[in-house]
This record gives sequence, structure tokens and C-alpha cells, in this order.
Amino acid sequence: MSAVIEEHHHDGHHHGPDKGIMRWVFTTNHKDIGTLYLWFSFLMFLTGGVLALGIRTELFQPGLQIIQPEIFNQLTTMHGLIMVFGAVMPAFVGLANWLIPMMIGAPDMALPRMNNYSFWILPFAFGMLLSTFFMEGGAPNYGWTFYAPLSTDYAPPSVTFFIFAVHMMGISSIMGSINVVVTILNMRAPGMTLMKMPLFVWTWFITAYLLIAVMPVLAGVVTMMLMDIHFGTAFFNAGGGGDPVLFQHVFWFFGHPEVYIMILPAFGVVSAIIPTFARKRLFGYDSMVYATASIAFLSFIVWAHHMFTVGIPLAGELYFMYATMLIAVPTGVKVFNWVATMWQGAMTFETPMLFAIAFVILFTIGGLSGLMLAIVPADFQYHDTYFVVAHFHYVLVPGSVFSIMAAVYYWIPKWTGNMYDETLGKTHFWLSFIGVNVTFFPQHFIGLAGMPRRIPDYALQFADWNMVSSCGAFLFGFSQLLFLFIVIKCIRGGKKATDQVWEGAHGLEWTIPSPAPYHTFTTPPTSMKEAHG
Amino acid sequence: MSTQDAYEEYYVPHSSKLPIFASFGIFLTLYGMGNMFNEMKAGVDSSFGELVFLMGSLVMGGTLFAWFSIVIKENQEKLYSNQMNRSFVWGMSWFIFSEVMFFAAFFGALFYVRVFVVDWIGGVGERGPSNMLWPEYQPHWPMLDTPNPSRFPGATDFVHWWPLPFVNTALLLTSSVTVTIAHHGINEGNRKKLITWLGATVLLGLIFLCVQGYEYYHAYTDLGLTLNAGIFGTTFFMLTGFHGAHVTLGTFMLAIMFFRALKGHFSKEDCFGFEAAVWYWHFVDVVWVGLFLFVYILGT
Repeated sequence: MSAVIEEHHHDGHHHGPDKGIMRWVFTTNHKDIGTLYLWFSFLMFLTGGVLALGIRTELFQPGLQIIQPEIFNQLTTMHGLIMVFGAVMPAFVGLANWLIPMMIGAPDMALPRMNNYSFWILPFAFGMLLSTFFMEGGAPNYGWTFYAPLSTDYAPPSVTFFIFAVHMMGISSIMGSINVVVTILNMRAPGMTLMKMPLFVWTWFITAYLLIAVMPVLAGVVTMMLMDIHFGTAFFNAGGGGDPVLFQHVFWFFGHPEVYIMILPAFGVVSAIIPTFARKRLFGYDSMVYATASIAFLSFIVWAHHMFTVGIPLAGELYFMYATMLIAVPTGVKVFNWVATMWQGAMTFETPMLFAIAFVILFTIGGLSGLMLAIVPADFQYHDTYFVVAHFHYVLVPGSVFSIMAAVYYWIPKWTGNMYDETLGKTHFWLSFIGVNVTFFPQHFIGLAGMPRRIPDYALQFADWNMVSSCGAFLFGFSQLLFLFIVIKCIRGGKKATDQVWEGAHGLEWTIPSPAPYHTFTTPPTSMKEAHG
Repeated sequence: MSTQDAYEEYYVPHSSKLPIFASFGIFLTLYGMGNMFNEMKAGVDSSFGELVFLMGSLVMGGTLFAWFSIVIKENQEKLYSNQMNRSFVWGMSWFIFSEVMFFAAFFGALFYVRVFVVDWIGGVGERGPSNMLWPEYQPHWPMLDTPNPSRFPGATDFVHWWPLPFVNTALLLTSSVTVTIAHHGINEGNRKKLITWLGATVLLGLIFLCVQGYEYYHAYTDLGLTLNAGIFGTTFFMLTGFHGAHVTLGTFMLAIMFFRALKGHFSKEDCFGFEAAVWYWHFVDVVWVGLFLFVYILGT
């Protein structure tokens, strides 16, 4: 097996993992750090999920039953923050850590110590954020978008710790992204040219660029808040010559690229899985790369479509409407390519493929409702309703989250050396698929009918669909415990995986043994013919 | 198993205790700072925040010192291949890019206020609320009086570009030249030249900071221009203040390089630590030119 590395003992740096718990604290190994990220992300996924179930419990019936409005606001805010910064983003960074070095034939990430630092900041950041629940005045209650002056003049004192938690997450993300970019630019095996990289590597390359560009802007906007709150500056106060709308501009300049940060790596995952189970090459590799780059570019110039109702000039509304609609073009290219890859393929439907196909269909639904929201006059009706909630949950849950689950099922045989239980995997898929649609599809209806988001009580006319939605949420939420069970079962044992794992899989990671040895590609692989998925 | 002869081994440390200390350090620093700010705002007399902040700074400072020491030591032990060095080069470049974006947020805020907000507060574009709240208010830039003087008292004057900011511009531009001469010193193997001109650069940085400090003192005591003065004071102090913080860091980096030069480090082939500090210094310099233009000259 040419690609696998023997040990070089001359400098003592190529042993296996250390024993004991400190292995995980001190590790510089990209596989260890990837594992840490993935487990952390799952823990946060469950935490954010519990908050979501609190929300759905209160919304099961109209009227105030269980959760007081003050707490309800804290639940919606913390649910959003934890899912975005704690669950989805770290999960993709975990996948990047595990996969990118193996996919490009690199011995590790480019800056291994900084890699450990990027991860270990996160538990501290989220510890600080979660501790705000126990502070006087409660946790952040101004929504995950924390609009000023709700988050400045009218915020609970815990906002200071929220700001510093966001700073820590930002530092972690920037260092993690620098590591990804440098690894991809500098660590590719000889012969692995840019246009031969697997699409997962390409999408992460562009995602990391987006992160380095916009996380500092997020740091800037929370710094402005901090100064307004504690040092009397006037950024977001018209009485001093500032403007609360300025907050929204700076926030969404970060926020819109951020939503693509959470979906581009998902595109990469799906672009790896569909060709494998269709047993065809990916249709339109080059156009996939260009489409990803176009989406990233457009993400910087569409931010104010989140602000159509705030009172921006007409010319601005028109510009941001048309620019936003442009994004449908490269996204359409991608969806077309995935479908064309499946066309006349010899398809089988193992769990990763089920999640990937569900991704293509359900993400497209979320994309189309996004197009509806882009239409300015229509958005005046949809703005801040459950239609928006349905829209972004369709792109984030059966979009990003399904792709992460697909990735775990697809690569876990390579990580653990064991196959997961296919029957249980399929059961998990169908429970999740039904749960997610029952939860979020009805929210389109109640949104169009006018139910506002982030409100603990609602008019009687919305009662039936809310009850359906809450039932779906509990089904989806508890199905994830099955996912946890499947993963643990797979780690502990199961049918041994072959090195190839999947009959139709291409790429360097399938040329190394299962489970992947602690160190791979200490010397680079020489044959690139397998690399081009 | 064939390997390319040209391929050099990439150095991956087996494990490291540094990052967990750095994580803990940054947590303590920020958690302490948060407590300090909240105690200050609530008027609570407690030194808990200060104590945690101090501990965090010590942990963080010590860890960073150890971290850079180890990297320098490993480099001197020739553990780093050319490929490894390229990782540092790329890493520093992307870090500077992230810093550019941080400043972009604050420049963007300044431009947004100047181009849109001033007119809107004046009632342009049927911005009803400001007409209702402050019908008499006539805005203009620089905004020295504010719509709500009871909370944002305003200032009597702004800092004119002549003489202090102009002197500072000259200082920073000169320092970019002196640091380049120092770089030539490395390339020529002339250590005396390196030490002399690098020392001059550090000195120029320090003088810049002193002038900046005097300028702030002048603004606070003579002009009533404070952080609290309204949006002009806000943008002025935040932009120049963050720049000043970066000059402080840049000067510190160059000072470290100065002491490393005294110890005999750096050669033409191996001086990326020095180059990284120089890149950072040039970045700080370019930001200043933007500030001089948009905050001091066109901004007033």
C-alpha cells in the first residue's frame, strides 16, 4: 500500500497517540482534533436542541403555559447562537480537520499547535456563553442577530459576556480558517493541482476565505456594542449622531457570508457522496468550482436583503433584490450538476446517499423560499414571520445538518474501521426526514398567514399547524439520540470496513487503511490518478 | 514505496501543552475584563474582575512568550523545512488580511455615518423621527454638537491635521524607510546596520505613540473631544485608538526583533520572524495613511 506511511523513529515524532485523557488536551494530530470538534459540535447540537424543544413546548398551544416570555426570548436567542456557532460551524471544521489532510495527501494540518488552540478556545467560549443563563438579568434575550439598541441600551448585563464569548469564537474561527487555507495552499501532495482537488477541499478553501474576511467584521460590530454600552460612544444611537441601522449593516455584512459559510462545505460533502453512490464521476466539476466561487463573491454584496423593511432607500432595495436573485444562478448550476450526476447512474441508497438526496431536494425548497423572500414587496409581508423561520431552517437543518450526518455515515467506516449498522442508519434517516418536514413545512403556512417569529403566544388561528410543528420537533429531536447510539455502536465494533469502504468511492482517503492510521502521508503519495473524484 | 528525493519532512510536534494554557489565559483575561466592565457600570466596588483579568494576562503573556520561544528554538534546531516556512508566510499574510477586514468595519461605519446618517438626522429623505425628535437640529460634519447633548455633550473643536497628525504621518512613513534599511542590513550581513536602523524604527514608533498620547490629552482637556462626545468623537477615537493599539503591538514586535538581532539571530536565508514584523509594520503604516486622509484631512 504505497500511500501509507511507515514510522520514522529518528526524531521521535511519529508514535501513535498518547494514553489517557491528556491525549485529547495536548494533541496536535488533525484526526484527534477533528474528533474533538465533532463531539463538541454534537454536544452543542443537543444543547441547542433542548432549547428548541423548550420553544416548541411553549408553542404547542396558544396562550402562555410553561415558559415565561422573558425566558422564551432567552431560549430563541441562545438556540440560534448555539446552533450557528456551536453546532454547525464546529462540525464542518471537524470534518475539515479529519478529511482535508487525507484528501490532499498532507501529513497533518499546516500549523498543528494552532489547530489545537482553535479547538480548545471553544469550550471556554461556550462555557462563558451558557453561564449567562445563571447571571442576574438572565441570558441574552435580543435574538441571535442581536440588533441594537435591544442589545445595547436595553440589554441585560450578561451582554458583556456574550460579547467576549463572540470574540473568542471569532478568534477560534479565524485561526482555524487560516490553518485550512494554508494547508490547502501549501500542503498538497505533488501533482495535486488546484483543479484536481476534491470538491470538499475546494468548498472549504472558499469557506475559510469567507471566514477570514467576515469574522473580523463580527468582532468589529460587537466591539462597537461594547463601547456603546460601557464607554459612551454613539455608534448605534441617533442622539449622538449614530444610527441603529448602522448596526444592521455591519452585522449583515458579516451575517450574509456567514450563511454561506454554513452551506458551502455541505455542497462539498454532497458532491463527494452522490458520485460514489451513483457510480459516476461528478457532472461538471469545473462549473462546481466556479459556481462556489461565484456564490462566495455574491455573498458580500447582498447583505441588505435582510433589512428591506428597515427603511433603506428605494435604489438600495432594488439593487439588493436583483443582486440576491443572481445567487440563484450559481446555486442552480450546482443543483443541476447533482441531478445530472445521478442521471442514468447505477444508484444504490445507503444511508449517506439518502441524506444526500434529501439534502438536494429539501435544500432546494429552502433556496426557493429564499428567492420568494428576495422580492422586496413580498418581503414586506413575509418579514419576521414564521415563513422566514421555515426558510432558514430548511437550508440549515435538512441542508447543513443533513450534510453533516451524511458525511459522518459516509466517512465513519474510514475513521473507526467499522461499518455502521445500515438498518439503524436508514431508520435514523427516515425518522429525521419525516421529523424535519413535519416540523418546518407547516411553518410556511402559519408564516404566510402572518404569525410573527420570536413570540411565545399566538392567535387561535395558528393553533393546529403549531401543534403539528411541535410534534415534528420532538420526533426529530429524539431521533438524534438514535444517531448518537449508532455512532457509539460503530466506534465499539461492527462489520470490519475495507480500505475502499464504498465500491464507487474515489479519492486519496480511500487508498489508506481503515481505520486510518494515526499518521498518514508523512511522505506524500505519488499517484494522483485516484484523486480526482 | 517510492518517495520524491526533493521532499522534505514536515515538522509536526507530537503534542503541546501551550494551546490549553493559551485557551485558559484568553478565557480568564476576557472573563475578568467582562466583570471589570460590569462592576464599573453597576458602580460595584469589587476587585474580582481586576484580579481575574490580571491573572489571565499573566497566563496569556507567559504562554505566548513560551510559544514564540519554542518556535524560535525549533527553527534554530533546523527542524523546519522550506515547506514549513511557507506555512508561516501564508499564515502571517492571512492574519494581516483579517486585520484589514477588522479596520474595514470601522472605516465602513465612518463612511456610512458621513454619507447617509448626517443628512438623515437632518431630516432628508422624509426621515420622520429625527424631525419629530429634534426639529431644530442642523447637522453638519464634523458633528461637534449632537442632537441629544444631555447624553452626548459634543466638543468645541476637532484635532486639526496640522501640526500633530502631520508630524505623526512623517514619523510613520520615515519608520517604514528605516525598517527597510534594517532589512538591507540583514541581506548584506551587516549586523551593525540592522541593529542601528531597527533601533531607530522602534524609537520612531515610540515617539509616534507619545505624540498620539499628547494629542488625546489635548483633545480631552482643551477641545472637550471625548469618546462620549457623539459620533465624531466615537469614530475619531475608535479608529485612531485601534490604530494606536496596533502600533503598540507592532513596536513591541519590532522591539523583540531588535533584541533577537542583538543576540545574533537572522540571516539572509532565515529571517521570517523579522519579515513578519515588518509586514505588520507596513500594514499599520498603510492604515495610518488612510486615517490621515479620511479622518484628519477629509474628515474635518
